[in-house]
Amino acid sequence: MTLAQAAPGYADVTAQEVIFILLGLVAVAGAVLVVTTKNVVHAALWLVVTLAAVAGSYLMLTAEFIAWVQVLIYIGSVVVLLLFGIMLTKAPIGGTAGLDGENRVAAAIVATALGGTLATLMVDAFRKAYIDLEDFTASGADETGTAIFQHYVLPFEVVSVLLLAALIGSIVLSRNDEGGP
Amino acid sequence: MHLVYPTVLASLLFAIGVYGVLARRNAVLVLMSIEIMLNAVNINLIAFNAWLQDTLLAGQVFALFIIAVAAAEVGVGLAIVLMIYRTHESVDIDSLTELGDAQGAPRGTDRAAAVAVEAQVR
Repeated sequence: MTLAQAAPGYADVTAQEVIFILLGLVAVAGAVLVVTTKNVVHAALWLVVTLAAVAGSYLMLTAEFIAWVQVLIYIGSVVVLLLFGIMLTKAPIGGTAGLDGENRVAAAIVATALGGTLATLMVDAFRKAYIDLEDFTASGADETGTAIFQHYVLPFEVVSVLLLAALIGSIVLSRNDEGGP
Repeated sequence: MHLVYPTVLASLLFAIGVYGVLARRNAVLVLMSIEIMLNAVNINLIAFNAWLQDTLLAGQVFALFIIAVAAAEVGVGLAIVLMIYRTHESVDIDSLTELGDAQGAPRGTDRAAAVAVEAQVR
């Protein structure tokens, strides 16, 4: 689209927008199934669908490195970790009705109000904002790596210390023996 | 691409995550809902990074850090859930009420008196 500065209206939809909306529908549907399904393992598998769709939307927003990190870390390890948690806590694998608390109606009201408020606010605030994806090329894995290791080296190292602390914390928490090594 | 699409998607995902945290009883499912909320935040960061044409890529780098912190959070969170399962034989968060007030216990100003009584007992 070469309409340059003036932001295109909502009537002329670009291909990226179509793909993004489809991915968004998949993500929202998967997320709704994660929080409503009666089967714990199915919830983890629907979470994979949601995370994959979100990774696709990262790709559509030019963040290719983040998209692949999402696939590797979230789908590859976090979901596996959650499945381990399901197995180790002997959650009822078959369909069971007791997964939702009795405050489900209140939770639905709160979530609907929050989502409605946030979405209305976003539409109202950014109705005219337009992301110029054609101009924004400085966003590949090359540029992301340069940004991390030139401008964000110190936070990067701090994150590695945090991961080490979390690793040691998990080991200490889940050790089986009561006293002494 | 209009900025409205990613921000509205993020809002909806965040609300769904809030519903999951409030409505679910299984602690592992609550952790999954928290992951959905973190992903909603990441979509916002990356969308605004593209909108502002940030050459330092602050949004993408922050999203990367959030992913790393989320991985650490899931690791520690699941370790805590396993501890709870080992001591309570269940991960039903509605039944974990030891730290709350007992049913029918005095609230508000009376609670200070209750705390004082408890301190005396110690």
